[in-house]
Amino acid sequence: MKFVGKSVKRVDGVKKVTGTLKYVDDIKLSRMLYAAVKRSPHAHANIISINVEKARALKGVKEIITGDQFERRGGLYLEDKNFLAVGKARYRGEGVAAVCAETEEIAQNAVDLIEVEYEVLPAVTNAKEGMKPEAPLVHPDLGDYHWAPVFFPKPGTNISNHYKLRKGDAPEIFKEAEFVVENNFYVPHVQHVPIETHTAIAQMDADGYLTVWASCQSPYAVRQALSAAFDIPLNKLRVLSPAVGGGFGSKAGTTLEGIIIPFAMHAKGRPVKLTYSRQDEFENAYVRQGLHAAIKTAVNKEGKILAVQNEFIWDGGAYTEYGVNIAKAAGYASAGPYDIDNVWTDSYCVYTNHPVGGPYRGFGMSEIHFGIEQNLDIIAEKLGITPVEIRKINGMKPGGTTGTGEVVTVSGLMECLDQVVEDIKFYERSEPSSPTKVRGKGIACGWKAPSMPNNAASSAIIKLNEDGTAHLLVSAQDIGQGSDTVMTQIAAEVLSISPEKITIKTGDTDHTPYEWQTVASRITYSAGRAVYEACHDAMDQLLDLSQIKLGIFKRDLELRDGYVVSKIYPDKKVSISELALGLNFEDGSAIHGPIIGRGSFIPPNIRNADKKTGLGDHPVVFWTYGVQGVEVEVDLETGQTKVLKVASCFDVGRVVNPQLLEGQIEGAIVQGLGTALFEELMLKEGKVLNPSFVDYKIPTADDMPEMIIKFVENPEETGPFGARGVAEPAMVPSAPAIANAIYDATGIRLNTMPMTAEKVLAAMQAK
Amino acid sequence: MKTEIHFTLNGESIEHEVEVNKTLLKMIREDFDLTGAKEGCGAGECGACTVIMDGRAVNACLVLAVEAEGCDLLTIEGLSGDQNELDPLQSAFIENAALQCGYCTPGMIMTAKALLNENPHPTETEIKAGISGNLCRCTGYKKIIEAIQSVADQNKA
Repeated sequence: MKFVGKSVKRVDGVKKVTGTLKYVDDIKLSRMLYAAVKRSPHAHANIISINVEKARALKGVKEIITGDQFERRGGLYLEDKNFLAVGKARYRGEGVAAVCAETEEIAQNAVDLIEVEYEVLPAVTNAKEGMKPEAPLVHPDLGDYHWAPVFFPKPGTNISNHYKLRKGDAPEIFKEAEFVVENNFYVPHVQHVPIETHTAIAQMDADGYLTVWASCQSPYAVRQALSAAFDIPLNKLRVLSPAVGGGFGSKAGTTLEGIIIPFAMHAKGRPVKLTYSRQDEFENAYVRQGLHAAIKTAVNKEGKILAVQNEFIWDGGAYTEYGVNIAKAAGYASAGPYDIDNVWTDSYCVYTNHPVGGPYRGFGMSEIHFGIEQNLDIIAEKLGITPVEIRKINGMKPGGTTGTGEVVTVSGLMECLDQVVEDIKFYERSEPSSPTKVRGKGIACGWKAPSMPNNAASSAIIKLNEDGTAHLLVSAQDIGQGSDTVMTQIAAEVLSISPEKITIKTGDTDHTPYEWQTVASRITYSAGRAVYEACHDAMDQLLDLSQIKLGIFKRDLELRDGYVVSKIYPDKKVSISELALGLNFEDGSAIHGPIIGRGSFIPPNIRNADKKTGLGDHPVVFWTYGVQGVEVEVDLETGQTKVLKVASCFDVGRVVNPQLLEGQIEGAIVQGLGTALFEELMLKEGKVLNPSFVDYKIPTADDMPEMIIKFVENPEETGPFGARGVAEPAMVPSAPAIANAIYDATGIRLNTMPMTAEKVLAAMQAK
Repeated sequence: MKTEIHFTLNGESIEHEVEVNKTLLKMIREDFDLTGAKEGCGAGECGACTVIMDGRAVNACLVLAVEAEGCDLLTIEGLSGDQNELDPLQSAFIENAALQCGYCTPGMIMTAKALLNENPHPTETEIKAGISGNLCRCTGYKKIIEAIQSVADQNKA
């Protein structure tokens, strides 16, 4: 292949290195107005009254809105959320009113003048407590809400989804098992921390046509949500996402767009802007949900896992419109990448008075694997076998069955494991850098499937130009992962023209075709397949015209370097530029007209799982498998852990762009390292204690380990050129591999993240 | 309240009236439409707003615009040449895929530029230390370090 499999340079590179790419916050529109939000200081409180008189009197204030003006709830999977609180505030920081003013400063000053009277309610600040019958209810009206039928809320409780998986007969196996191991783990809330905070601009024309510029991963999903919330038909609502400065899931749904739309509706054409401060970003953007996990495993003396029983309790926060799906995804992945006959899982999404949980890179997976992969090492040690052996015995191989009973046809897990064991030199020891330090190695596997509706669709359009160049239109968003480049490469490969001849356009619901969402590591696979189909459609049209032009059967023609060429007589050819606008005949007549290729794609045959048991033979489109191994050095005097080296190997089906793919893995490893060692959104009585970079550290260049990145390629049958997604799965094994390495170095088994120096030191001293 | 200041911006002499409480970042973004420098935190913690002031990398969100009086300012927009030819660092970032979402990229490149001006042959440790005030959430830093290293190596040659 010419372009797929090559490290083609980023198509957005020049714009990004010159600082000329315009992100939403860089857009300057004339007569712009600015919004600011009044936020609840209480985690749980009834709103008794809101007095906006003083704020309204401030010069430059245009309008003030309160939640009770917009009572319609919305949400992706469970409609439980308003853009501003209605009746009561459910987390500290929830918007209760908003101001629109001539300047940001006036808007903020007006917010300070709004007086809100609250009746403070007892708050739910722990998901396990929140499940108890006597817990205060965060959503007493849950029973009246709408939800997608694949979720199971329990009205009258704080449980917004109870996912069940019942494979085989786990309780019976536990009665007779030779070894039973039981462990509890806790993963705290963390934040996504894109360097670009959330921002949006809304503008309504006199004829009611609304334009929204949003820093969002999924313009079509935002359009749908806003259309439903504000009763605007889809043909009168345009969402543009010109560039996204990092998402990691935080910009998957709609966050702040709905706050500015009411203002835009009354602003007589003036645009209204709202940008989150870094503090807002920490407190009021989606957080990664906290998880309490209990994992019980039955195993025989040879190391074969006979049964697992899992209980996952998710701290979903005040609204779980997205979070219910995290509980579900974690549930059907709960066996991990292992072939286990008996699986019993209960995964609960629980409302709390915490910031709103939502999707974070590999949602559900990074959290549950922290427990699954440590648990395996604990079992291996008990049985006297190595961490590699227990994974070899139980790891998923073709022919195995997943937790839901799906028979696996493709899994490169064992190849990945062998590669990582070799690259990290798992069985060798290296000398610590000082006598007060110790070194250790750890390994972890991981898997993930795209967690999305069965019918999540993609589309693409390719337009050929009369000089042989082309425009590719998709709404897959390049949020940094490099999708613009990868889509271009796929198109270039099918059309056999160089990537420089293709200009890709994205992120405009009026002009680029439908894409469900840029989430779930589904873009290379799904949007890539739509691009592949669109280009084949264009190719088909070109070949149709060429067989008339050349008098050669279509089956004997192919695209090669900008020409339609005979496979048999290579000198018989016609350039695609000559055919781009149709086929012209010698008498001056012409047929067909411009070549426009159309591609649509829905992953085939994904079926709902059984409602009672969670079992299903094809509930997800594919599983991505991989392994990471790490070497750490722990300072015995301070407890500080330094990750020295990480080896990673994933089965990606097909490497489309080696350099960009490495970048995804490297970024995921370092993000995983941050969550493993120091990242935690610290919450006390619902208050975020560390909403700044001073107090919430993310990894810097100093934290970067040496990284060895490898891939195996067992093709995905329906993926473009066999590719499947990997950007999220890459983060899944990072934290547990570090935990296992810390144990190897120190004998300390930490079952809570992050594994800070203080925790490691305290544990070593207690030993 | 406004005051008049004089400075050089990307090689051009400027006379400008600016509010005394305006930050340098707001001035270059709002008054000059140079939006390459980004506000990532507004508190000098992320480096996304880095520009070069008299040869030194500064967080433009922490500097008042009036402090630019008499200074030579270089922003990312001034780094490439008149014919759009890229600075070697910009080319190296593309070549090494040292960027993903691109939001930290202008600040990262400006920090690297100042670093290389001061120390044309930094070690890997010096590069890591030099960019430790610039946060990137996407790349894991490896390719950024490699990009800067490649320019440093060119300097040697």
